[in-house]
Amino acid sequence: MKIKPNGSKPGSPKTLLPKCPTGIQGLDEITGGGLPRGRPTLVCGGAGCGKTLLAAEFLVRGAVQFGEPGVLMAFEETEKELKANVASLGFDLEGLVRRKKIVIDYVHIERSEVQESGEYDLEGLFVRLGHAIDSIGAKRVVLDTLEVLFASLPNEAILRNELRRLFRWLKDKGVTAVITAERGRESLTRHGLEEYVSDCVILLDHRVNDQIATRHLRVVKYRGALHGTNEFPFLIGDDGISVLPITSLALNHQVSTERIATGIPRLDAMLGGKGFFRGSSILLTGTAGTGKTIISSNFAQAASRRGERVLFFSFEESPNQIIRNMHSIGLRLEPLVKKGLLRFHSQRPSLCGLEMHLATMFKDIAAFKPHVVIVDPITSLMDLGTASEGKGMVTRLIDYLKAGQVTTLFTSLTQAGHALQQSEAGMSSLMDAWILLQDFEGNGERNRVLYVLKARGMKHSNQIREFLISDHGIDVVDAYIGASGVLTGSARAAQGALEKAAMLASQQEAAQLKREVERKREAIERQINSLRADYETEAEELRRIAEQVGTSTRMLTTERTASGILRQADAKVAINTRSRSRNGNQ
Amino acid sequence: MKNKPVKPRAAARLRPPAKLWQLRLYVVDQTPKSVTALANLKKFCETHLKGIYRITVIDLLKRPQLAKGDQILAIPTVVRQLPKPVRTIIGNLSDVEHLLVGLDLRPAV
Repeated sequence: MKIKPNGSKPGSPKTLLPKCPTGIQGLDEITGGGLPRGRPTLVCGGAGCGKTLLAAEFLVRGAVQFGEPGVLMAFEETEKELKANVASLGFDLEGLVRRKKIVIDYVHIERSEVQESGEYDLEGLFVRLGHAIDSIGAKRVVLDTLEVLFASLPNEAILRNELRRLFRWLKDKGVTAVITAERGRESLTRHGLEEYVSDCVILLDHRVNDQIATRHLRVVKYRGALHGTNEFPFLIGDDGISVLPITSLALNHQVSTERIATGIPRLDAMLGGKGFFRGSSILLTGTAGTGKTIISSNFAQAASRRGERVLFFSFEESPNQIIRNMHSIGLRLEPLVKKGLLRFHSQRPSLCGLEMHLATMFKDIAAFKPHVVIVDPITSLMDLGTASEGKGMVTRLIDYLKAGQVTTLFTSLTQAGHALQQSEAGMSSLMDAWILLQDFEGNGERNRVLYVLKARGMKHSNQIREFLISDHGIDVVDAYIGASGVLTGSARAAQGALEKAAMLASQQEAAQLKREVERKREAIERQINSLRADYETEAEELRRIAEQVGTSTRMLTTERTASGILRQADAKVAINTRSRSRNGNQ
Repeated sequence: MKNKPVKPRAAARLRPPAKLWQLRLYVVDQTPKSVTALANLKKFCETHLKGIYRITVIDLLKRPQLAKGDQILAIPTVVRQLPKPVRTIIGNLSDVEHLLVGLDLRPAV
């Protein structure tokens, strides 16, 4: 496996540099696939920053995961010490040595026991290394820490010459080598090893900031390849090193159009009726005691009930405390925890540095693979670093979670009296949705309101809504808007009563009016009746008069007939005819 | 400094000369450096340890596994197996003064 990198690179610019995956979490992402295959890589750093461990993990993972046996040439620690040291991280070096996957060669020279006489070279080192490589067909080599030789061999000129030859020789052998070196005061390494290793240089660093120590890794140089240039924090955990790159270089997350409910139906309604987008990042800000944790727990419960896994990072309360407190408002979280759908991760923020927190969070997330992550509150973490560090951390966290389509709810504690939007400005641009919780003081009481400040990509309500926390959870109530804004608490109740009274009054008014009309109608009817009665009276009078007239006429006729009879007999016929015709007219 | 009586102090420090000196010379291949070293060593022994020394030449090219045992890095290396304690001298042995000191035949200045 001879690789002639210098020959292949200019000839075909498209061919990528062959890489040798380290298997170390995160490092392969930063380096775009691993260390340069067949070339030496320099890992430098101060005491206790994890050089040996990084190198050892490179070998172990090579042997276990990639089927590449390796040689560890140790100049500082004996075979026994090394085995013990890495065993604490779960690496079975002993077993790998037994199975001939790894060869450990402890090189030791005591300067006081060695006398120099005339010229020499380090061919013995080459022979040993060559022998070790050939004995197991090693593809990887670690030299830890080569610089010890500067202390053991008096002649630096020879040593430098031999080191140059050694790196050349390693390249010719085609092995991927990791050389560790102590950090120098002004140069990368104390003895200027970077002069010989020019392909890839990784710098490790262990810094204490505000009494909190954090390890960092930076790829200083990687010839012929793109690499992340930032300083990345890393963590030495139970299973080795994990570097946290996770600042994706591009914004190209997959997005989902799926919506997930918040667990508060009326809040869903405020968010276009369907809740948040899956995979979005949500910020929940509010001052102390506005119900951030309660809303978060509601969200967690709703997600768990759908069968999704929820990881709840709590930096203020212990899991049991949250469970107990939520129980008091009717949220039963314990069964969900038992079912394994809800997991709490509680830590004091001051336990470790920002990066370490981030690291443990990433590890937890990677292990649990949650659908929903809740961070309560993110502000306690951000207080650990400077503003830019805090923002950087949130960015990394969001990028990481978005890449995995994890919906994230961050709560943020705002200081009372601060302009909300001002203090959260840094973070808000990263968030897809922002819900504000606020206390309204007035009428001798405090009431909680919430409103949706922003919700990217969905219709959302512009109303300020009051919500109540009761035995059965959160209840968003109807909004009452008064002359001086939204009304809450007793003012809202008073406004409600007022409206009720007004309605009653108008109802009464209507009834009154109705009665009036009725009365009028009755009056008119009475008038009509009296008129009719008048008319009837007159008509009666008229009839009576008519009858009177008829009777008198008849009597007159009868009298005339009678008198006619009395006078002359033939007058009878004429009278009868006249009376008949008058009757027919009536 | 050819004859032994010249250095009575050194001789006094020396263990009884009857004891055998066992010296190992590690080389890699027959390079000029190795050849020079062997020649220098032989000459030295003939001068200072006549009759009581034995030199074993180990060619690491043929037996690389032996390099680990004596912690060989530099080539050539002479290891004094006997008398105890073990002493190591690296180089082509052209510097006789250093060789004398290295083999405890003369105290370091």
